[in-house]
Amino acid sequence: MPEMTDTQLTRDIARSHGLTPEEYEHIKKILGRDPTVPEIGMFGVMWSEHCSYKCSRPVLKLLPREGAKVLVKAGEENAGVIDIGDGLAIAFKIESHNHPSAVEPFQGAATGVGGILRDIFTMGARPVLLMNSLRFGNLESPVARRLLRGVVAGIAHYGNCIGVPTVGGEVYFDESYEGNPLVNAMCLGILRSKELVKGIAKGTGNPVFYVGSATGRDGLGGASFASREITEASNQDRPSVQVGDPFLEKLLLEACLEMIPTGAMVGLQDMGAAGFTCSTCETAARGLAGMTVDVARVPRRETGMTPYEVLLSESQERMLLIAEKGKEDVIEKVFSKWDLHAEKVGEVTEGNLLKVYDGEKLVAEIPAKALADESPVYVCAEKEPAYLKEVQSFDPLSLPEPKDCGEVLKRLLDHPSIASKEWVYRQYDHMVRTDTVFLPGHDAALIRIKGSKKGVAVSTDCNSVYCYLDPYEGGKIAVAEAARNVVATGGVPVGLTNCLNFGNPMDPEIFWQFRRCVEGMRDACLAMNVPVTGGNVSFYNESPQGAIYPTPTIGMVGVLDDVDLRVPSFFQKEGDVIFLVGETGNDLGGTHYLAVCHGVKKGIPPRLDLEKEKKLYDLILKAGRDRLLVSCHDLSEGGLAVALAECGFSREKLLAAHCPELEKVKPDAVRTDAFLFGETQTRMVVTVEKESAEAFRKLAGENGVLCAEIGAVGAGKLKLGKWIEASMKELHAEWREALPKRVGVI
Amino acid sequence: MKCSVVVFPGSNCDSDCFHSIRDVMSQPVEYVWHKETTLPPCDLVILPGGFSYGDYLRTGGIARFSPVMREVARHAKTGRAVIGICNGFQILLESGLLPGAMLRNRSLSFRCEYVSLRVENSGTMFTKNFKKGEVVKIPIAHGEGNYFCDEKTLAGLLAGNQVVFRYVTPNGAALDSANPNGSADNIAGIINGKGNVLGMMPHPERAAETILGSQDGKKIWESLLECLK
Repeated sequence: MPEMTDTQLTRDIARSHGLTPEEYEHIKKILGRDPTVPEIGMFGVMWSEHCSYKCSRPVLKLLPREGAKVLVKAGEENAGVIDIGDGLAIAFKIESHNHPSAVEPFQGAATGVGGILRDIFTMGARPVLLMNSLRFGNLESPVARRLLRGVVAGIAHYGNCIGVPTVGGEVYFDESYEGNPLVNAMCLGILRSKELVKGIAKGTGNPVFYVGSATGRDGLGGASFASREITEASNQDRPSVQVGDPFLEKLLLEACLEMIPTGAMVGLQDMGAAGFTCSTCETAARGLAGMTVDVARVPRRETGMTPYEVLLSESQERMLLIAEKGKEDVIEKVFSKWDLHAEKVGEVTEGNLLKVYDGEKLVAEIPAKALADESPVYVCAEKEPAYLKEVQSFDPLSLPEPKDCGEVLKRLLDHPSIASKEWVYRQYDHMVRTDTVFLPGHDAALIRIKGSKKGVAVSTDCNSVYCYLDPYEGGKIAVAEAARNVVATGGVPVGLTNCLNFGNPMDPEIFWQFRRCVEGMRDACLAMNVPVTGGNVSFYNESPQGAIYPTPTIGMVGVLDDVDLRVPSFFQKEGDVIFLVGETGNDLGGTHYLAVCHGVKKGIPPRLDLEKEKKLYDLILKAGRDRLLVSCHDLSEGGLAVALAECGFSREKLLAAHCPELEKVKPDAVRTDAFLFGETQTRMVVTVEKESAEAFRKLAGENGVLCAEIGAVGAGKLKLGKWIEASMKELHAEWREALPKRVGVI
Repeated sequence: MKCSVVVFPGSNCDSDCFHSIRDVMSQPVEYVWHKETTLPPCDLVILPGGFSYGDYLRTGGIARFSPVMREVARHAKTGRAVIGICNGFQILLESGLLPGAMLRNRSLSFRCEYVSLRVENSGTMFTKNFKKGEVVKIPIAHGEGNYFCDEKTLAGLLAGNQVVFRYVTPNGAALDSANPNGSADNIAGIINGKGNVLGMMPHPERAAETILGSQDGKKIWESLLECLK
């Protein structure tokens, strides 16, 4: 039995690790004694919200996880896996690195990318694309500009070096993220289904190897750090932020993938949050086994580290590998080829205990499952937020209509959230691996899979203003819009991963937002038959100014059986017929137009009818397969006018929507500003060749979807009825220069 | 045309070059690990892009000491073809197979985008299928592509017709505004005096299939195929 310390002292230490007195008693019951200091540290991180989901688990259970093609379900492994046919599968996941990025944007974002990459290649998958969803405060603030520059450079640093293309994502700017930026990184990898690797420790006597970077004091207690609010004093947490080495991770990636066909590997797990502690107890718990490890054998980069520090360090680029006994030389050979050092640190044992030694001395002895899976679960108090009634009672129709719609369009295109993100993605290598079929800017990113006809379309999305004004509807729309983006390119949605960014869950109003958002997501997932395959929850996103808007970021993945049937988001040639698909209402609540032109973020956001949404998907996917669509673009922030302008902004050539008689399509009951800039859901702009117009109209009718011919693709000036006539060249410049003019040309 | 793609720790365009040669050009190709002390018999050695040794020390600064580089130099000395792309170009500079050095982009930021290049010398084995003065679209992706050399070296390159590609506007003008990284004289690619070692920052392997948006880079492989088969 490990040597014990004074009880009162250990209680105090437990409290400083975020463990409540009740949790401490629970730990005593599990162990049958007082815990040692290293044990308190281990429970502290493993039972933090970041690792245990002790607050969010009951709510996350609402989300559908089942699906005929799901090979690895949410929560089972490092990432979910979905079968896509032809013996292939995809592993994907999105994860937050908000808190580290708030204090040290470059390394915070870089290590966020590093962490999500490891989650994917531990499944035996080759990472083929990265995406990210970023949110910052208003760019007028120097802090927001510094954070944007740092985060983008950090993502570029890691992704470019390791050679996985960053093919898309989203960037939003809103005061709500002032001082608490969101950095959500997503990775997708491809594997042969039969080569799936699991994070499992089994087979008594099998050796446990530590591979990769040496352990230092960096990131000590990072998981606990992520489970606190950001305060003025957070800068003192900078030592909690790790430093990334993408080169080392590249070596680890290649070595691990090279290991798969040798059959020498039983299980593989990365050391992310809670590092050595998490990887040892989780693999043992999954394998229903025990494990004995010796921290004295863990390679270190600093002298004088205590067992406690080794157990809790979050140094990057480290893996735990469980090998087949007798095949140690195979493991060592592959790693030494890549100049990596694999150190045997322990072995799998019978029973269920994780025993940690420091040389001869036993420093911790805990049932692995108790650490990994048996944290207490809390039912958090919740209460409908007081602000809701006030914001929802606002009637946008009480506002005057704009006099100059052309001016409104320009202001919207100049808004950093809508403007071109070229300033961002130009810093990312988005073409390495030569699979990027759609360069950034389309509704969804699209890659091909070499050696197969298939393509994979991915979109990240969330409109957090909607989620703030109506969390249920906002959650539903986040899922639907991400799916709509994927559908627009011709992809059939097969699964999603989510990153749920919220404030402090101990605040009943925040927890209410959280549950309602998840319920909205659930209903959308069920209607579309899309399972959730994993992700993460990031609470405590608060700065001294308050909580962020509820932001459940969705990473939607779709598959095209034939990548040649892809549909671009931009107009392709003059003369094509433009259709507006879907119905338009007076939906001004929570719109971008309202915020930018009237300075109001209120009202009831657009409602989403899931039945209609599904019909729209069926129509677009069918029309795509029938090769009727030349282009297809989803309507979102900025509504119809912004969408029509964007359709003309292709890289090759500026094209313009000519809709001289657009008035005729506007329903009488709908205001002009709502028609042009409103954000009614379930709408797309598509173009078809003249000869196909009739066929498309017919197909829409058969599918019960309303569509209206609104004009034709031309050149020169955008013409939207009598309301807007503007040079595409000027609009394009406005849209393209918006970011560089605020943050500097690169 | 037998090809070898050298793999350094940190190379990340190795599989792209391999795919381009094997699947697009249907030519035999194999990977060569950087620790090898011999090259397989081959006509073309490709030093691919990436971040060899994580760009530690300097770009290409450590890779030049890899054992295989002695063999690459010997291969070049016999007059056989070597192409260094992006990091491969940086390695060629560091190993002295081409003159000059790389500085960080003048913006100090990584840039990935399609650029327009003018083919300045269509008389090489790498460029014979281009027309002189032709403007082509090939992407770049680098943080350190700001080519630098002293005036004497530059004069020598110009006199020897060794500047093969320049960054230009889509209309073919070598203006400063078309220079993505600040490189001397808008240089995007140079060749050695003998005409068998080419270094270029743009990635021809990324522009060799219609599905990727351009086939202009493929012409380099096609030129080589005609010369080396």
